[in-house]
Amino acid sequence: MILVEDKALVVPGDVLADEEYYAGRGTFKEGNNICSSLVGLVAIRDKKISVIPLQSKYIPKRGDVVIGEITDVRFSMWNLDVNSPYSGILPASDVFGKEKRDLNKAFDIGDVLFLRVVDVDEVKKVKLGLKGRGLGKFRGGILIYITPTKVPRLIGKKGSMINMIKDETKCDIIVGQNGVVWVKGEPKMERVAEKVINMIEEQAHTSGLTDRVRNMLSELLGKEIEEETEDVPEPDIDNKQG
Amino acid sequence: MIIILANNNLRADGRNFDELRPFKIEAGILKRADGSAYLEIGGNKILAAVYGPRELHVRRIMRPDMAVIRCRYNMAPFSVGERKRPGPDRRSVEISKITADALRPAIFLEKFPRSTIDVFIEVLEAEGGTRCAGITAASVALADAGIPMKDMVVSCAAGKANGEVIMDLSEDEDKDGEADVPVAIMPRSGEITLLQSDGNLTPDEFEKALDLAIEGCMKISEEQKNAIKNRYGEKNG
Repeated sequence: MILVEDKALVVPGDVLADEEYYAGRGTFKEGNNICSSLVGLVAIRDKKISVIPLQSKYIPKRGDVVIGEITDVRFSMWNLDVNSPYSGILPASDVFGKEKRDLNKAFDIGDVLFLRVVDVDEVKKVKLGLKGRGLGKFRGGILIYITPTKVPRLIGKKGSMINMIKDETKCDIIVGQNGVVWVKGEPKMERVAEKVINMIEEQAHTSGLTDRVRNMLSELLGKEIEEETEDVPEPDIDNKQG
Repeated sequence: MIIILANNNLRADGRNFDELRPFKIEAGILKRADGSAYLEIGGNKILAAVYGPRELHVRRIMRPDMAVIRCRYNMAPFSVGERKRPGPDRRSVEISKITADALRPAIFLEKFPRSTIDVFIEVLEAEGGTRCAGITAASVALADAGIPMKDMVVSCAAGKANGEVIMDLSEDEDKDGEADVPVAIMPRSGEITLLQSDGNLTPDEFEKALDLAIEGCMKISEEQKNAIKNRYGEKNG
């Protein structure tokens, strides 16, 4: 017997179904009942019931691609913040090979890197690597933080949502699986992309989002052109920020 | 001393013996916290913020198999009639501890080993029953932060004032009354996570007070769930 509908909003402790169903992610079994452990939306697939969280923290998993910021330079490795309860390390050997070089000269504190999670061990030490296509250091651009569970929504089906934003704003956008988004383009366009991404994050659990994003984009971009023709001194301020 | 008149079987503030003060709960009001809640019950105004699970740097309290929960209950200097000296005191240290103890059984701490969940409870205005209000608000903030829990812990007090066993004591009833029994429960299973008793009660009165407190918890629990749903519900419809 099932007590909730697909896509219903549930809170921790809500009873979802009885033992006819399997307990998926975001749920737990208590006696004969399956209960929600999170605030989220119910997802029913065949006989498996799970809850998609509306808010979560990134837990590193081997193979994920993430965006991290360097927080410390140590003797033979860098420490990185990957927007998670567990900080990551990037061994110097991964960057230099066997060669001995000054770590400060390669990456310094505050640098933003695009990395792959190489390994997560039992003590939750997160080893990161830079080997792979497109991985490396970002130059310029802005960072936007979203909830990791909303990353698939931002990307859309086969990248439909993210490609639309890329095309409209002419920005380079990279989404890490840890919910960090890097955007680089013209300063004004970066602001537009930021607004749109924040809107997606806020409304990720609603339907018809793609259309609203399209409307918002055309509205924002329409305004941008108007502003450019009306206000002359504004581009100066934007350039300084960029 | 204020004399509580018990005419028409009503209390000084016009409530019935099994009536809560008017209350409201709001979730997700702080932008920078992972989860937050604001709660008003009677004259209490309480803000709760949750950060985490996040990295724990204090090695000696780190648990290799689960997260640790740290609570800080704090009363603003302007929260009471006479200015309260800021900073932790004996009372707030005790409440911080019992809050952490009351919330801990509900949280799936084993999902985040070697990390910490930090809960901050700020009392902006106090009017009796702040520890219960704090626990109730903290558990809404925890849910808002997306922390997996067995149930949302809810708390309410009962006690005895003017010879009557009553639900949800106000400040005057607490000060001049005979007893105060704060209770926190997990409403689905009815498991008790906090039970304190201050004052003198006969076993029968204690039983009655406990039942009243649990009844109060159940009423507040509904509103807790609504608070979370309202945060997302508006955009759903």
